[in-house]
Amino acid sequence: MAVDVPDDLRYTDDHEWLRDEGDEATVGITAYAADQLGDIVFVELPAVGRVLKARESFGVIESVKAVSDLYSPVGGEVTAVNGELAGRPELVNVEPYGAGWMVKLRIGRREELDELRDAESYRSLLAG
Amino acid sequence: MAYTPHTDGDRRRMLDALGLDSVDELFAGIPPAVRAGGLDLPPGLSEVELAAELTALAGRNRVDLASFLGAGVYRHYIPAAVDQLISRGEFYTAYTPYQPEISQGTLQTIYEYQSLLATLTGLDVVSASHYDGATATAEAALMTVRATGRSRLLVSRAVHPHYRETLRTYLRPSGFPLEEVPIVGEGPASGTTDLTALETALSPRGDGSAPSDVAGVILAQPNFYGALEPMAEAARLAHAAGALFVAVVEPVSLAVLEPPGGYGADIASGEGQPLGVAPQFGGPYLGILAASESLTRQVPGRLIGMSRDLDGRRAYVMTLRAREQDIRRERAASNICTNQALVALIATVYLSLLGPHGLRDVAALGAARARELEAALAAAGARRLHAAPYLNEFAIRVPDAPAVHARLLDAAVLAGVPLANLEPGAEDVADALLVCATELTTAQEIDTFARSLGRELTSGTARRSRDTLAVPAGERG
Repeated sequence: MAVDVPDDLRYTDDHEWLRDEGDEATVGITAYAADQLGDIVFVELPAVGRVLKARESFGVIESVKAVSDLYSPVGGEVTAVNGELAGRPELVNVEPYGAGWMVKLRIGRREELDELRDAESYRSLLAG
Repeated sequence: MAYTPHTDGDRRRMLDALGLDSVDELFAGIPPAVRAGGLDLPPGLSEVELAAELTALAGRNRVDLASFLGAGVYRHYIPAAVDQLISRGEFYTAYTPYQPEISQGTLQTIYEYQSLLATLTGLDVVSASHYDGATATAEAALMTVRATGRSRLLVSRAVHPHYRETLRTYLRPSGFPLEEVPIVGEGPASGTTDLTALETALSPRGDGSAPSDVAGVILAQPNFYGALEPMAEAARLAHAAGALFVAVVEPVSLAVLEPPGGYGADIASGEGQPLGVAPQFGGPYLGILAASESLTRQVPGRLIGMSRDLDGRRAYVMTLRAREQDIRRERAASNICTNQALVALIATVYLSLLGPHGLRDVAALGAARARELEAALAAAGARRLHAAPYLNEFAIRVPDAPAVHARLLDAAVLAGVPLANLEPGAEDVADALLVCATELTTAQEIDTFARSLGRELTSGTARRSRDTLAVPAGERG
């Protein structure tokens, strides 16, 4: 079964995705990660205004069988978090690249984007 | 049946598997200086000898006393059915379930415990229980830190000294400052938390531009001195500063006092011992922890939920387990992965047997007896130390309280506890006894206490004036 890996996103080795929107970026976890975790029951997100470094843990995701840290793909200030997930954490399973987004960041250094995988590279990571 | 976990043969086979010659070799990596030097135990006893030894030890207990001791642990009548029910084999080996869903009966009793305590506290979520009231209160303090992202805690001095000590033990290594809020010394509110001081402690530091750094405010109801606190006002002050409010409660009192959920407490903690558990030398007891729904994920320890199985039948589950350390490791809400299952069962059986009316009778009778006690002691010359209203416990002013307390024991009266024992160095309570009454307190016991104390106070006055006269004039301070 082919896992959905949109071409227009950037990816980390820890299975977060990042959508580059110029000054800002939206971050979530990939369909592969959501599928591996199983039913998501809780997402702990940071406070708006928190400044994150690249690869810093910004939250925790709980499924019925595991708990994982969430890592920021790049450094930046948190400008928004997805409050919908508090009541409907299953959105991460249903629409990992859409309604299941987690945080928006004001990107600190755009150079850090270059260190992320593109879709093709992420697909090859999954193919292992 | 021999209580020997391993035979010599067992040990030999295990050592062979490890390729070792002796158990000592197994511990070769531990420096000799830190190894235990063996246990200095007396020779074994036969059953007859052991029974005699234990009987002799038990004989040292004073069972002849009229007891007015409370201070966090309360004597109540325990219906015989409590012991009978909890001694059933299905229950008696109860431990916190590690393979929970096959133990539906155990889960159901815990679920019922949680439901009963949710009703009593007026809060939404109750944990499956903690070690005791003090550790439950410390967990409540840590919850406020996690939920607010702040670090400073305010605790009233009128919270039990042992609880404050436990709070310090839990908070100090994490670097969370704990400050004590004083009590009112004089006037009609004396014996309760000083709300003006609380408001000052809650205000932001520095130039006032940053918000308050207080995570939680902790008050007890009734408080350590038995006085009734203005909980709603204290909760309002805490919330106005963005802090959470923790109420340390005594569960029997909740049958007649407003529940924490009624005055805006975010968390309630307390000692469950009064719910059918004998004083039993300090434990095992029962830590109660309840919280509003918004704090559910911050509640440490086990939570039992009700669900439906595949066939639609009612089923109990251990829920929200991912908060716990067996899954969440160092990010867990707490290192607690256990509960006081058997003691929580005692509370469940006790509350079920008494029902809401029975529990109200217990609380109201204790309060009525305490008023008789206050009147009798006042007539004997010992007045209340504080003026604030109380429920069933209060402090009385008695000069030289520790010595008087010791002499009253000779008259078979356990005159509560000298506050100086629990708050050494605190001058305002140096000459005070903390006494309580429950539904078990009899008119005769009150009479005995009042008479004995009256004699003490009279002879004490005489003794002091004699002492004064005996000191040569030139040496008087």
